[in-house]
Amino acid sequence: MRLRSQTSVMALVLASFVAGTAASAADLSIVSGAVGRDIDELRKHLDMFEAETGISVDIVTMPASTTDQFGQYRLWLSAENPDIDVYRVDVIWAPQLSAHFVDLSEHAADVVDDHFPAIIQSQTVDGRLVALPMFTDAPALYYRSDLLEKHGFEPPATWVELTETAKAIQDAERAEGHDRIWGFVWQGAAYEGLTVNALEWVASNGGGQIVEPDGEISINNENAAEIIDLAATWPGNISPPGVLGYREEEARGVWQVGDAVFMRNWPYAYALSQSDDSAVQDLFDITPLPTGPSGDQNAAGLGGWNLAVSEYSPNKEAAIELVKYLASYEIQKDRAIETTRLPTLPALYEDEDVLAAQPVIGEWLPIFQEAVPRPSAPTKANYNQVSQEFWTAVHATLSGNGDAATNLTQLERNLMRIRRAGW
Amino acid sequence: MVTATSSLPQAEIPAGRKKKTQLTREKIRAAWIFLTPMILVLLAVAAWPLIRTIWLGFTDARLSVPGSGQWIGFENYLFWLDYGDGEGEWIGLLADPTWWRAVWNTVYFTVIAVSIETLLGLLVALVLNAQFAGRGFVRAAILVPWAIPTIVSAKMWDWMLNDQFGILNDMFMTLGLISAPIAWTSSPDTAMAAVIMVDVWKTTPFMALLILAGMQMLPGDVYEAAKVDGIHPVKVFFKVTLPLIKPAIMVAVIFRMLDSLRIFDLIYVLTPNNAQTVTMSVYARQHLFDFDNFAYGSAASTLLFLIIAGITIVYIYAGRVNLSGDK
Repeated sequence: MRLRSQTSVMALVLASFVAGTAASAADLSIVSGAVGRDIDELRKHLDMFEAETGISVDIVTMPASTTDQFGQYRLWLSAENPDIDVYRVDVIWAPQLSAHFVDLSEHAADVVDDHFPAIIQSQTVDGRLVALPMFTDAPALYYRSDLLEKHGFEPPATWVELTETAKAIQDAERAEGHDRIWGFVWQGAAYEGLTVNALEWVASNGGGQIVEPDGEISINNENAAEIIDLAATWPGNISPPGVLGYREEEARGVWQVGDAVFMRNWPYAYALSQSDDSAVQDLFDITPLPTGPSGDQNAAGLGGWNLAVSEYSPNKEAAIELVKYLASYEIQKDRAIETTRLPTLPALYEDEDVLAAQPVIGEWLPIFQEAVPRPSAPTKANYNQVSQEFWTAVHATLSGNGDAATNLTQLERNLMRIRRAGW
Repeated sequence: MVTATSSLPQAEIPAGRKKKTQLTREKIRAAWIFLTPMILVLLAVAAWPLIRTIWLGFTDARLSVPGSGQWIGFENYLFWLDYGDGEGEWIGLLADPTWWRAVWNTVYFTVIAVSIETLLGLLVALVLNAQFAGRGFVRAAILVPWAIPTIVSAKMWDWMLNDQFGILNDMFMTLGLISAPIAWTSSPDTAMAAVIMVDVWKTTPFMALLILAGMQMLPGDVYEAAKVDGIHPVKVFFKVTLPLIKPAIMVAVIFRMLDSLRIFDLIYVLTPNNAQTVTMSVYARQHLFDFDNFAYGSAASTLLFLIIAGITIVYIYAGRVNLSGDK
């Protein structure tokens, strides 16, 4: 009797478990990291996709740190994991993960020419198109137009001006009782984001791109050291000391409650800062990132996210269809209007609906077109290590462990070790 | 039987020994039958991965290159890189300052954290060993930090330590202990201290529990005798309690030491990628997965294993820890 009741309970548990997995098993799985409203927006598009095609898609969410995402993706792909069909991949990952992704060049032949050629080029490895662009990214300098006007400043054109303006407004505002305000928030945590931030400083000061397209290690130069030393004066002065642990969302957190005069961030933060629960709604504007004192270039780090189909997906046909859907004109248009993600289709920058809803998208076009790529192409499979060495050297300088010249000399030596005979 | 043996010792002993041997043999056989499944499982889940890791450390395996894994000998450990122009340098794990930094970080963390945990654990155990109302409840309550998964408690502390909205800075500011918020986890001066603090918070209950278990084994008559003789309680603690619970403490320290030498999750959540807190495990993982140096990461894991084994052996010999249970 007792045994029978136990068995029936176990059977019940087992049945509910099986039913549970069956009910939640969708036709496809897409894995995606997220900042801001990315996941909500993606869910909406996946539901639209299901309504059109009858194919249901699950989202597997990942932590916000792109460094963590990459490690997990590499692990899954090396294990030939069949559970994930579509990966949302950073613009720099294509050369490192290309062996695991389906070649889309034939499947997407009809739409490839609609995208910016440079973006398609960045996702093409050895003639294989490994991912279709979803949106592109280039950061800008967000500034509080109300505060600049109140204290009589223009948006800064150089990093030195930014430092001075931020300091002046911050001190003036604090004197008026706004204790928590800071001059400038950005991404200073030791992760991929710091590599992009610091690359922007260096490139805007004529200091090269860490590793040049021909493979030469160029980072150990005076211009690079000068601007990183300038940046090292920010934490605790115009930036909160904790900026050395900030990623995108932490910076936006300080900015969006009205506690920062300037912020360096990606386009996604624009729509969020304009939302109704934002303290800075209608009080801010964007401008290209400043240039260095010894440079003459506005350098925005090129970002952007793309969609790749796993070689190990049991349902490649449907996955390719999904990728093309999410990269299509209509969906990119909705993404641009709802979340100010920059489209990868030139036509959308002239689309009247987009420009009417988000005029800032038009302002972003020149910023994106001058964007500086990270050295993922010349350093190939070693890119992550190069990036980690770079952000470690910069993070050390920003934390006050040695000046930039010393740390960059050490960095150059480390990069030569990694390079050995060749990249 | 006894009388028979004593009266005929010469004749009986061989028979008795034979009988005994047979019994022992059966016992041994039974023991092997029971042990075999466990040994097989251990070989499959512990020995095989370990051997494979050690082997991979001598290859050039990469995750992104399927089928890679050629034998390259000790190149991952130490290798003279010739630039071809008469110049060159030693590279490899043993010549990598970042690796030695990670080793130092790990040892530093272990020594400081485990020492504090042992002292605090001892204090907590002494309190919990005393008779007072609601002791059962307090004993259960004190285990809460240990019961929370590390990832959860690390994330929780991450928010509490945040420089802008963290409750810790808010409390210290209100109390007037600090004049400006401290960025606990990102400042190089406080990152390691923050990690140690969270680890102490989390694992002190574990130490307390093990030491408390040791205290409960103490014979009560010794204390009664000390009381009758009018010995000061502090002296009783140092002369009686401490020597008697020393074996328990030593074993507890070994457990914690092995754990903290491998520390990964707490640091991965709290201070990822900060050079000040990178430990051996974090370093190995970075190379295994982030940098696509699977072989190099395997070599680091092998060294990690050797270093932990070495430290443990030294500790067991130096501390004369009795792990076998023999008297």
